[in-house]
Amino acid sequence: MPHLTVRIWRGADEGEYQSFSVPMRENQTVLDVVSEVQRSQDQSLSYRFACRVGVCGSCAMMVNGKPRWTCRTHIRSLKSGVVTIAPLRNMPRIKDLVTDMSGFIDKWGKAGNVFESERDRRDAPVAVDPSSPRRKAADAAIECINCGVCHAACDVVSWNDSYLGPAALNRAWSLVNDERHSRKKETMAAAMGDGGCGNCHSQGNCMAACPIGLSPTRSIAGLKKMSLMSLLGGSDV
Amino acid sequence: MTGFRINLSYLAFMLHRCSGLALVCFLPFHFLVLGLGLEDAAALDEMLVFTQQPLVKFGEWVLVVLFSLHLLLGLRVLVMEWAPWPHQGGLRSGWVILAGLIALALGWLFLDGVIS
Repeated sequence: MPHLTVRIWRGADEGEYQSFSVPMRENQTVLDVVSEVQRSQDQSLSYRFACRVGVCGSCAMMVNGKPRWTCRTHIRSLKSGVVTIAPLRNMPRIKDLVTDMSGFIDKWGKAGNVFESERDRRDAPVAVDPSSPRRKAADAAIECINCGVCHAACDVVSWNDSYLGPAALNRAWSLVNDERHSRKKETMAAAMGDGGCGNCHSQGNCMAACPIGLSPTRSIAGLKKMSLMSLLGGSDV
Repeated sequence: MTGFRINLSYLAFMLHRCSGLALVCFLPFHFLVLGLGLEDAAALDEMLVFTQQPLVKFGEWVLVVLFSLHLLLGLRVLVMEWAPWPHQGGLRSGWVILAGLIALALGWLFLDGVIS
C-alpha cells in the first residue's frame, strides 16, 4: 500500500513540524489522516473536531498553507504526496493543531454582534418579507458558522491587531439588515469604528477560502457604503 | 503569493498598492522638474535632454503603465464598494485582467509615440 508523508505542527507558538507516514487509502480526508496519526502513532497529538461532516467547522486547520475544513478536504484533491498541516493562522496556538479562538470570538462581540429584540413572547413576530432587498442581503451572509477560516485567510487581520475581521463584520452586516434586530445603530457604530469595515482592502482571500461560499468581502463593501451614507445622513439604519 | 492568496483580487490589491507607492515616489521629482521650469529655463532644458535617454524613456513607459493600472484598479474598488453586487462572486476579478490589458495597451500607445 502506498504511503503518504504528513508533516504536522507540534508545539505551541514555538515548535516544529514532525513527519509521519500514513497509508494512502481510496477515500481519505485530511481529518482522517490526523485521526489515524493520533490513534496509531502518537496519542499526544492534539487537534479539534466534532461532526466530521462539514457542519460544525471546528476541524479547520491550515492544509498545505491554505485554511480549510479538514473533514471536507480529500487527500486525493490535494494532488500531493506530502501534506503539511498547521493550526489556523492569525490565532494564538495552544498545542499542536489547537488554537485559542477566544480573541476571534471577542471580536464578534466588539462588532456589536449580539442580537437584541424589543419584543418578547407576548408580542406578534416581526413581519419579514423574504423578497425585500434588506432580507436578501441578510440571508446572503447569515449561514456563517464561525469556523474562523476567513479570519485565518485575511492578511489585514495579520497586519492589524485591532481589525475585527471578515467573520465579525459579515455577522454585523446580517444584523444591520435584520428587521428584528433592535440595536442596528449600535451594531453599525461598532462595525464602522476603529478596526471596522474601513480597514478592509478587498483582497478577497476570505471569499476564496470560505468553505460554504459566503462573501464577507461583499458584506464589508455593504457596510462601507452604509457607513458613508450614514455620515452623509442618507442611511436609514 | 502563496496558498490562500492565489486569487485575482489579491493580485489587484498588490498591484494597486505597489503602483500607488511608486507614484508617490515619482511625484516629488515630477514637481521638482516642473519647478525648474519656473525658476531656471536652462536647467529645465538640460533636464528635458536628459529625459531623452533610453533608460529614462523606459522609466516613463513603466510610469504610464503603473499610473493606468492604479487608476483602473482604483475604479474597480469604487465600483465594488458602491455598485450592487450581481452575485456572491462579484469581486469583478475579470476586471483585473482587463485593467492589466488596458494598461499595457496604453503603454504600447506611449511607446508608439501616439501619446508622450
